[in-house]
Amino acid sequence: MEREKIQNRINEQSPWQHITEGNKIFEPATSKDFCTGEWRTATPVWEVEKCKQCLLCTPVCPDSSIPVMSGKRVEFDYEHCKGCGICAKVCPFGAISMREGK
Amino acid sequence: MAIRERLSGNEAVAYAIKQVNPDVMPAFPITPSTEIPQYVANYIANNEIDTEFIHVESEHSAMSATIGASAAGARAITATSSCGMALMWEELYVAASNRLPIVLALVNRALSGPININADHSDSMGARDSGWIQIYAESNQEVYDNFIQAFPIAEDKRVHLPVMVCQDGFITSHGVENILLADDAEVQKFVGEYTPEHYLLNASEKMAVGPYAVSNYYMETKRAQRQAMINARAVILEVAARFEQMTGRKYGFFEEYRMEDAEYAVVIIGSAAGTCKAAVDEIRSTGKKVGLIKIRVFRPFPEEEIAKALSKVKAIAIMDRSEMFAATSGPLGAEVRAALYQAKNCVEVVNYFYGLGGRDITISDFKTVYSNLETIADTHTITDMYEYIGLRKEQTEEV
Repeated sequence: MEREKIQNRINEQSPWQHITEGNKIFEPATSKDFCTGEWRTATPVWEVEKCKQCLLCTPVCPDSSIPVMSGKRVEFDYEHCKGCGICAKVCPFGAISMREGK
Repeated sequence: MAIRERLSGNEAVAYAIKQVNPDVMPAFPITPSTEIPQYVANYIANNEIDTEFIHVESEHSAMSATIGASAAGARAITATSSCGMALMWEELYVAASNRLPIVLALVNRALSGPININADHSDSMGARDSGWIQIYAESNQEVYDNFIQAFPIAEDKRVHLPVMVCQDGFITSHGVENILLADDAEVQKFVGEYTPEHYLLNASEKMAVGPYAVSNYYMETKRAQRQAMINARAVILEVAARFEQMTGRKYGFFEEYRMEDAEYAVVIIGSAAGTCKAAVDEIRSTGKKVGLIKIRVFRPFPEEEIAKALSKVKAIAIMDRSEMFAATSGPLGAEVRAALYQAKNCVEVVNYFYGLGGRDITISDFKTVYSNLETIADTHTITDMYEYIGLRKEQTEEV
């Protein structure tokens, strides 16, 4: 079941009385709800035909933005990718290139 | 029934810790608070308590570990002094903003430099903006009583703030005095079993502590923290009333000593209040109406109550045991005067500094202070604003 996004309960319109004590957060993985990908100034581009599915890129991603489904990597999670370029650097097959901008 | 003992201030705090038997105590030794963790380590080694003592490599780690333990759900305490507290600086603010009910035994000592091991309030006064409740003591009895009261204040749901229980280094911490101790069972009943509502080790509730707050959330968070400090006022008085029922000893935000018809008042914090009381008694015996206000709770600051207590006097000397290098007043001087201004009371006020780095202040010094107040009230002229009491001066210096 799709859970309610945390922003629906506490957001930039919330009055101070609604802020949890000490900003405590009472559920896991709320970072998924925030589009931190908008900070990106460079964007990795996956060239599927060059990719050998070696999966070296997935574990080095600091933002867990290279999802793997059924043993194969799929398209980048651009909601959370910050464009650091580590995946492009680590790819032995030139299957990831960095494009300027979002 | 109360137990009659004779203990130093450090022994009294350690004894209170033994009676409370907290879950975790991370601590690092520093003069003059070293004895507190040392005595607690003895209690643990003798199987008198089962507190988890954490040997840390610095005070930065001591406060970090205390924060971690408290967030995990433990009743966590630590002790320190002076530069030790300075090394905790970053974590002091974190403990308060995370709303953790930590109790810190602070033995006040001058901050370096020059390096000095004796009493003044520069350490805790420097931390006055950190969000901690601050309670000060005149005597060993008071520091014992304050330490026990700190737990129900910190842990009250309306508050959830850390509490700093302050005593003057060596004067109180190492001076041995007669003291009345409550029964272990009474103290345990008074502080109660610690049962936090939210804590990290609760497997049935997922929780994150201390997240990043962008500017869209930071101000709302601070306002909520301010509310806890506002709420602490009522809680401090409720806990004091409950403590009075247990021991017969009465506490408030401050003590008013012979203030009922006083014309000249001193406002002071800590052990020097005892010396000032002796001066008050001697001057009173000559028929002059002098009194003393001894601040117990500095955070939250009892603004309205202090203004009311000073509403009928002719002149006031506010005595600061720490510099704040405004090149004007000290911290107590600034806040008491702000309270008077807010109450639209423009009584004559002088702000003195005394006792820095452990400099003695005597009954005769206080007599001079009261006599100055009389002159100020008569002439409406203040010539010695921001004077250092007991300072050596060139004989030729013009006053």
